[in-house]
Amino acid sequence: MRPRTEQELAEVVRDARGPLRIAGGGTRPIGRPVTGEVLETAGLSGITLYEPGALTLVAQAGTLLEDVEAALAFEGQRLPFEPMDHRALLGTKGRPTIGAVAAMNNSGPRRIAVGAARDFMLGVRFVDGAGNIIKNGGRVMKNVTGYDLVRLMAGAHGSLGVLTEVAFKVLPAVEQTATVILRDLEIDRAVAAMAAAMGSPFEVTGAAHDPETGETALRLEGFATSVAYRAGRLAEALAAFGASEIEVDKTRVAARWTAIRDVTAFAKRQGDVWRLSVTPSDAPAIAARLQASALRFDWAGGLIWALVPEGTDLRGRLGAFPGHATLIRASTETRSALASFQPEAPAVAALSAGLRARFDPRGILNPGIML
Amino acid sequence: MDMPVPNQDVLARKAALVARLREVLPANAVIDDPAETRAYECDGLSAYRCAPLCAILPASTAEVSAALKICHEMGVPVVPRGSGTSLAGGALPTADSVILGIARMNAVIETDYPNRVIRVQTGRTNLSVTGAVEADGFFYAPDPSSQLACAIAGNIAMNSGGAHCLKYGVTTNNLLGVTLVQMDGTVVEIGGAHLDAGGLDLLGVICGSEGQLGVVTEATLRILPKPEGARPVLIGFDSNEVAGACVSDIIKAGVLPVAIEFMDRPCIEATEAFAHAGYPMCEALLIVEVEGAPAEIDEQLALIKKIARTHNPVELRESQSEDEAKKIWLGRKSAFGAMGQINDYICLDGTIPVSELPYVLRRIGEMTAGYGLGVANVFHAGDGNMHPLILYNANTPGDLEKAEALGADILTLCVEVGGCLTGEHGVGIEKRDLMTVQFTPADLEAQMAVKDVFDPKWLLNPAKVFPLASSAERRQVAA
Repeated sequence: MRPRTEQELAEVVRDARGPLRIAGGGTRPIGRPVTGEVLETAGLSGITLYEPGALTLVAQAGTLLEDVEAALAFEGQRLPFEPMDHRALLGTKGRPTIGAVAAMNNSGPRRIAVGAARDFMLGVRFVDGAGNIIKNGGRVMKNVTGYDLVRLMAGAHGSLGVLTEVAFKVLPAVEQTATVILRDLEIDRAVAAMAAAMGSPFEVTGAAHDPETGETALRLEGFATSVAYRAGRLAEALAAFGASEIEVDKTRVAARWTAIRDVTAFAKRQGDVWRLSVTPSDAPAIAARLQASALRFDWAGGLIWALVPEGTDLRGRLGAFPGHATLIRASTETRSALASFQPEAPAVAALSAGLRARFDPRGILNPGIML
Repeated sequence: MDMPVPNQDVLARKAALVARLREVLPANAVIDDPAETRAYECDGLSAYRCAPLCAILPASTAEVSAALKICHEMGVPVVPRGSGTSLAGGALPTADSVILGIARMNAVIETDYPNRVIRVQTGRTNLSVTGAVEADGFFYAPDPSSQLACAIAGNIAMNSGGAHCLKYGVTTNNLLGVTLVQMDGTVVEIGGAHLDAGGLDLLGVICGSEGQLGVVTEATLRILPKPEGARPVLIGFDSNEVAGACVSDIIKAGVLPVAIEFMDRPCIEATEAFAHAGYPMCEALLIVEVEGAPAEIDEQLALIKKIARTHNPVELRESQSEDEAKKIWLGRKSAFGAMGQINDYICLDGTIPVSELPYVLRRIGEMTAGYGLGVANVFHAGDGNMHPLILYNANTPGDLEKAEALGADILTLCVEVGGCLTGEHGVGIEKRDLMTVQFTPADLEAQMAVKDVFDPKWLLNPAKVFPLASSAERRQVAA
């Protein structure tokens, strides 16, 4: 089913007789597999409002991410939270939609510095499980009118409502990007170096570590003279971690951060891929417990990508830790057997279940996807 | 502003309630003497007052939990209170409610520089969070004007903003975890020093829920390294429209100032008489502040000045020293105090799309003239959060009501142009009955469904946020 208007979509949901599997571009089969009639959002397409002078863009949920990014680039702006493109890692073909970016709170390396997709979402329109059309938030940056359902919808993977429209705060693109690279650090030293960089006043907007190449990458963005100044100062400040190299070539810098964002290193490698959000300084100890085939660190250590043999119960191996682990790539069997999302403490789980029961009383929207 | 009729049954059980609360709280933490409960009869919206049944001042999460459990069992409404600085009546009691003051819980639990977070008890004031880390070069970004007094608990309840949120965001963007006590006493831990939710983003809906979903007793907040420097520039214009256009051009040019503050002539005149900041007498004035490395500041200010010059400013003043920077901010920071010297005023808090600024300012002028009142505008222009100050005379009968009616008209206008009723102060009781201007019944129903889940008996701060008619059925079932 591919409704073309919000009203049609509301009718489809209201009249549904069984579960619905909500699909944007179909590039991210994440979560417990959902069986149900496919409800595509691609029919709801188009940027409905873009005011560069107000840093605001509103788009229908099915609008292609690439169209949004092109419109922004034309005005020298961008989505600050740098959404990941999952296609290489997951081996999928479709074209990602902006609604799915919002529904999965999809953020990349810059999240550590500026915030996640949820932080840049100003408003949503959605259809709840009973077919009601609901709006929340709006198109302005400061808005505390009523409860914040915008963030509740961000990362709900369609399980509380089908997004029909999303408003974003956008930011200016930058003149220059540079990477300060440290080499041959063990993970504990790399995490310490990234913490020092993030705690410096030099506005680092990316901090990633690749244990296979031994490279620790720190990104600086802004006006060219300022980036040059800050890169030099940052390298000085990190002298205790060894000599650094400063990478400024536009193509190489861009390729490096795209690869970090999309975890392309694991694209062609066998195994399941897990994504862990942890307290950054816990990263070395957690990494040791993972016994993974390969690891990548982003968000100054706060985001760990782990490649493990197929079917590994990583959470079982890890035990309790402050944070959460999500299964991102695995066979349908593994995704049916293991919880894709971190099981919640009973009191939290009760609240989540209560919200699902209220927003989707019949349990028809992507049922079970977040189990 | 109507409030629900107090529940007589609850009033009748006051002695039993106080006795039970004293079983779980220290003697000096339960206040039931009417002479003392009067201290809690209002918040920053002081036109509305009502003494509570009693007030409690728990000192730990366990005490909050024990006290809430008793109130839950006895069906007694609870109104959480941070420092009582709400301008929207968020902490206004009803006669049958218990005020739960969080002021005794003000400790720093942990500062964690490697992870750039601080864990505090939420009675701690906003400014003293920065105070705990600034010697080490860090700060807490959200900076509401009341930051000297306001508590983190209230900041979380109202999702408070401030002057610098164009760059740093508001409370919700700087909050990583909370300990939440539900009305039935259940203690829930959400989030922590890691980023983003593993499941549904409950933290996101708790922040800004005006104390209606639970009492937040501890919070993990993001702290940031202080920038190398910051410098403001002051630009005067001969019309509001031109100032508005300049704001838009600055943003479009790729500069991201940390603050863009706007003042109009009535506001400039009043603050100048009060604070003598040396502001130019003109129709509109912008204070634009940028920060970063010295080179970055120079580059951004050069660009801002270049853009400003294309709008023929009547004044363009750059600060050459710390002292001059302070002087530029002096007038803006004393604006509210200055207006208070010369008039009674209502401070509005609507947000509009920045592009609608000139139109909205013109319409506000026309509407104000229609009521025969005065208005002064001072606001965060970068994010469209307006604070029109409606000037009236409290001693003139009917003036307050006229001012309130004008306020409602202005907020309705904000919604009509694509904005909202409140940008950072919250709904409270003040804007409760205007919610239907911005939201459909289905929109409000979805929000109330969240409260149903967290507080099924509707005992926490029950008569706020939603129009009384919309929430009546739920509150009655609870009683």
